[in-house]
Amino acid sequence: MANLSVNPKALVEGERPGLLNASYGKLMMWFFLMSDAFTFSSLLIAYGALRIRSIAQAVPWADPEQVFTHTPILYESFHIEAPLVFVGIMTFILILSSVTMVLAVEAGHRNSKQEVAKWMLWTILGGLTFVICQAYEWYHFIMGHDTGALKVLVENGLGGLRQETALLVAEPGVMAVKNFHGEILATGSTAFSNFINTIDLVEVYIKSGNAAQMVPDLIRYAQEYNAPEVAALLQTGLNEYGAEGMLTHGGANMLVNEYGPPAFANLFFFVTGFHGTHVFSGVVINFIIYINVIKGTYEKRGHYEMVEKVGLYWHFVDLVWVFVFTFFYLI
Amino acid sequence: MAESNITSDFHLEVGDHGHDDHHHHEQGFLQKYIFSQDHKIIAKQFLITGIISAIVGITFSALFRLQLAYPDTAFPFLESLLGKWAPGGIIKPEFYLAMVTMHGTIMVFFVLTAGLSGTFSNFLIPLQIGARDMASGFINMLSYWAFFISAVIMFLSIFIETGPASGGWTIYPPLSALPQAIPGSGLGMTLWLTSMVFFIASGMLGAINYITTILNLRTGGMTMDRMPLTMWAFLLTAILVVLSFPVLLSAALLLFMDRLLGTSFYLSDIFIGGEVLHHAGGSPVLFQHLFWFLGHPEVYIVLLPALGISSEVISVNSRKPIFGYKAMIGSMIGIAVLSFIVWAHHMFVTGMNPFLGTVFMLFTLIIAVPSAIKAFNYITTLWKGNIRFTPAMMFAVGLVSFFITGGITGIFLGNAALDIPLHDTYFVVAHFHLVMGSASAFGLFAGVYHWFPKMFGRMMNPRLGYIHFWFTFVGLYLVFFPQHFQGMGGVSRHYYAFTEFSFMAEFLDLSKFITYAAWFTFVGQFFFLFNFIYSIFRGKVAPANPWKSNTLEWTTPIKPQHGNWPGEIPSVYRWPYDYSKPGLKDDFCPQHIPDEELDYEDGFEPPKPVKPKEPAQTEGSKE
Repeated sequence: MANLSVNPKALVEGERPGLLNASYGKLMMWFFLMSDAFTFSSLLIAYGALRIRSIAQAVPWADPEQVFTHTPILYESFHIEAPLVFVGIMTFILILSSVTMVLAVEAGHRNSKQEVAKWMLWTILGGLTFVICQAYEWYHFIMGHDTGALKVLVENGLGGLRQETALLVAEPGVMAVKNFHGEILATGSTAFSNFINTIDLVEVYIKSGNAAQMVPDLIRYAQEYNAPEVAALLQTGLNEYGAEGMLTHGGANMLVNEYGPPAFANLFFFVTGFHGTHVFSGVVINFIIYINVIKGTYEKRGHYEMVEKVGLYWHFVDLVWVFVFTFFYLI
Repeated sequence: MAESNITSDFHLEVGDHGHDDHHHHEQGFLQKYIFSQDHKIIAKQFLITGIISAIVGITFSALFRLQLAYPDTAFPFLESLLGKWAPGGIIKPEFYLAMVTMHGTIMVFFVLTAGLSGTFSNFLIPLQIGARDMASGFINMLSYWAFFISAVIMFLSIFIETGPASGGWTIYPPLSALPQAIPGSGLGMTLWLTSMVFFIASGMLGAINYITTILNLRTGGMTMDRMPLTMWAFLLTAILVVLSFPVLLSAALLLFMDRLLGTSFYLSDIFIGGEVLHHAGGSPVLFQHLFWFLGHPEVYIVLLPALGISSEVISVNSRKPIFGYKAMIGSMIGIAVLSFIVWAHHMFVTGMNPFLGTVFMLFTLIIAVPSAIKAFNYITTLWKGNIRFTPAMMFAVGLVSFFITGGITGIFLGNAALDIPLHDTYFVVAHFHLVMGSASAFGLFAGVYHWFPKMFGRMMNPRLGYIHFWFTFVGLYLVFFPQHFQGMGGVSRHYYAFTEFSFMAEFLDLSKFITYAAWFTFVGQFFFLFNFIYSIFRGKVAPANPWKSNTLEWTTPIKPQHGNWPGEIPSVYRWPYDYSKPGLKDDFCPQHIPDEELDYEDGFEPPKPVKPKEPAQTEGSKE
């Protein structure tokens, strides 16, 4: 009685699981996931708000089917563009890893150490594969398509605020301005020069098949089609960087991208990156738990509740991906 | 199946470690006082960090009030205090803004969120529900140290070359998103955001712990409807933290991207110094939505713990049961739910759809109903009570006064039609300083005076407490009441000086008066500071239950060690508000004494013993 010290490990004495009959650790995980759900919701709401705003300002959003077209092997070996195939495979792998996590938890209920370890390992592998796939996806998103794109800023010096981002498609005999859905905004010499002249500041991406050949051609077309500003800019670029050097703006970065308005790439990088961070930390946590399973920590403890807790986190991360996938790839 | 396993495991664990008790070694200083996992030490760490932050925050306000009262007068001591912020003794405009911003940030987040809720949630939750400690002492410790890092970064930002963040505590872009906008938008703003990320982590870790502790670790007989109102207040506060801070995290991370990586989440079509920026397609209003989705619940994160503390203090010191216990819980739940659907009333002037404004206005005005229930319940608890005017009681009653005064102007500002002319004037400043600032600060003071004996085993000096109360109570009213008139006269907040416009210059005399009152209040706080520090070492030694209170924290030893109760955790047999119960010899009736052991007056027929209400699964977990 006189000695007041209590073993800290016994401080959860008197716990009586209340809500959902869950232990405090599981409840903590649930409340953490609830807050994380709010974090992701606000990011997706930001996505919706910026996308609607962009469309309202007549800047078309990117078309995912034209953005995400790379699939390993198909692309590298056969040069086949397969829209959304790869992301489908990624999603399937992530959902499979959720299934193996369920099996690990179920094996934990039966206190079967071998099986928990086996299914945890599969889950870790699934998660890692997903992260690697995301790296591939990001690589091609950043590098852009084969053809590349060239960013040219045309200032007409009228001092207005209006900006437009458009694709300038130049092929022998054709010079057209397209939006990101491939609709032609202006074509032919008069329409083209009119288009250029009504807009104060045009951000133009020039799609070119072979830069070394296309850039000199483009300069010629630009002169033919009465767009001396474009021609002058291209000439400066050619002199300074050479034709290949001018292709630096292909693909996407935080400032510009060839697919659509900057907000599209900004949101893609941030939201899928934030989700990828969650997946990666999930893999790390799963790995720690896996080591503990192998060492027999939970066997000694008599239950595999820890596996259940990380399982909750893992399922949550998968669920979030379903929403991210829907917003960024399907809609 | 699995659940029953878990319960018996905890039982096992207790049994297993029972024999460890007698060879439990003494902890070193570092483990006991610095990296402690004891909720009581962590609470004191929060309190002391909060008090230090408050000194900085209040000092800033006292200094920038000088500028408002005497815009062109040089105060040489300002130069020696602030250095190049005040060359020749006149504060520079950019540092005036920096001081206002730091005052707001420090007071809202560091003093009234962490200092109030962090201190008392940590200190009272295990003691009042009958638990050895928080569910996870380790996470609790992380929560404090994340807060500590956050505070260090924020205070460091005051000392950098370009000064701290200066865009107001709401850090609206583009001012906060463009590093080249004003000096404070540079490194200071980056540090502000970094500090807030740590702060959010701290808040989340703490809140998750508070919720699970309250839900899972209540002692035998402590059902949810037998918890003190402080517990309900802290539970709801923690739920608000868990649901609103993650949204601020998203907002802050996106702002980080805009600042550091050149993204365009909040920026669109912008020129700065004649230069066209590349940003396109973002929306600054998006930030305001995300910010106020946190910002409005944040007001209640600050206020609810204070309301919980005052409920307890008023009932104990009125020697009467709290009036409308269930109505109090219901109105707190109502406030908590409504706080999530009113955020856009901060944004009536952003050009939002008037129909949307009406919806938000409606929900905002409905908050007056639960708030009024609470105010009436305080008054009816006081009604015909045997009131003891302890310093804690004075502050609790003062809180009710501020809550009503500041709440009424909330009804003005909740109306879109009235808010549009009053927006960003001193009327708003007066409103939120009274209802959120002063009321919550009074809750903090009430809590410190009331639970000081439990924290440090000594009493605070009541005489100094009264002096502190009158200085603060009178001072705050004199500061903030006149600001309503300034606001209705159109004086805008965030102005460096009132000399530029004649309609503002008319209020210069009133502004001087407010500054005198602010300094009067400022001086009053030193009585508290002295009392607090002196009483820790030299105060009168406290008795076990100095306020004759019913709640469980007073059943621990005067200076409880880690684990709180030396023996078994007491069980609970009734709600905590049985004061002045007819027939009893004492005028209070502690929760842990069974009915059959109560001391009745001679000749009084005790009621038939009622079987104690205990939740399921009590068997086994207690032995």
